[in-house]
Amino acid sequence: MSNNLQTFTKGLVKENPILVLLLGCCPTLATTTSAINGMSMGLATTFVLIMSNLVISLLKGFIPDKVRIPCFIVVIASFVTIVQLVMQAYVPDIYETLGLFIPLIVVNCIVLGRAEAFASKNPVFPSILDGAGMGLGFTFALTILGCIREFLGSGSIFGLRILPETANILLFILPPGAFICLGFLIAIVNKFKKESH
Amino acid sequence: MAKKPSTLINMVVALLVITAVSGGLLGLVYGMTKDTIAEVDLKKNQAAIEAVLKTDTPIDRIEETVVDDLTYNLAYDAQGNLLGAAVKTYSNAGFSGRIELMVGLLVDGTVNAVSVLSQSETPGLGANMVNPKFKDQFNGKNPASYNLSVKKDGGDVDAITAATISSRAFTGAVKMACDSFEANKSKFMKGGQQ
Repeated sequence: MSNNLQTFTKGLVKENPILVLLLGCCPTLATTTSAINGMSMGLATTFVLIMSNLVISLLKGFIPDKVRIPCFIVVIASFVTIVQLVMQAYVPDIYETLGLFIPLIVVNCIVLGRAEAFASKNPVFPSILDGAGMGLGFTFALTILGCIREFLGSGSIFGLRILPETANILLFILPPGAFICLGFLIAIVNKFKKESH
Repeated sequence: MAKKPSTLINMVVALLVITAVSGGLLGLVYGMTKDTIAEVDLKKNQAAIEAVLKTDTPIDRIEETVVDDLTYNLAYDAQGNLLGAAVKTYSNAGFSGRIELMVGLLVDGTVNAVSVLSQSETPGLGANMVNPKFKDQFNGKNPASYNLSVKKDGGDVDAITAATISSRAFTGAVKMACDSFEANKSKFMKGGQQ
């Protein structure tokens, strides 16, 4: 059981996909212009991760090695399309802002990476935990990044205005701000990790 | 569980089964969400039409027609006189992706109001086009006396700070609707009589 717990928690901190493994940086940098965008993107990815890990773990005996990548991609793409349709129907506002980046979850290296490195070699239950842990770690990193960028760039967090509009630093909404924030965030995480060793 | 060997048959069967099941599943989800998606779009469209056509004169009926690749929602009063039109217009010149607007025009070509249907501009910059501060400056302006282009290009429109590209695209879409309405107006006036 402690093993299962570890499978789940390693994605949150020790092997956090963004802050430690630096996987899936494209959606990270692009969608974190506001806290809600970052969080929605993270949750959508989490769903895809859990479901694709689950299915791929179930199918691992059925898929021959040579065609495993196309099989994984088909499974992942199906779940992404499901997320896309459901979001379009029930949360159209968020769907509109994330728009282009939802289909891009298909090629997010975290999803394929976990399928290849974990789900195709492990039983179903640990695979689900691995997907959930990695997904939540991703969501956590994206939400933090979104909060920082929205606060510095638009003076609000989750749409709640904290600073007057004149105090905004435009740079943080723009792509360079994403790189700067991510850099600092990783530096801080590394410092804490070193101290805890 | 042992892996299946990568023989041709195994590979074909595995891929075929997985793609077929995925296809079936997607069809199912599509069928379930299709109506809701259409409903959401329709509601948004309807709300936008009402918002941009709001005047003192009561609207009797609205007719939809497509001219110049733009969708017109023509509003007539009880006597069949044209009151105005809500024109669905767009621009692909934005900073990221397509911008879709609903522009309410009065019979004389004056812009009544503009509503943003969809946009994916940068939050905090171009996305501010949905704020009244920017989009309401078009209200009550007639393109005959008001130059529909941003100040940087010699026009009368105040661009959003640091989002000239988005402002330019927005203005271009409004202008396209105005020009098309001006050119086709006479057709609509008679079209109102049944």
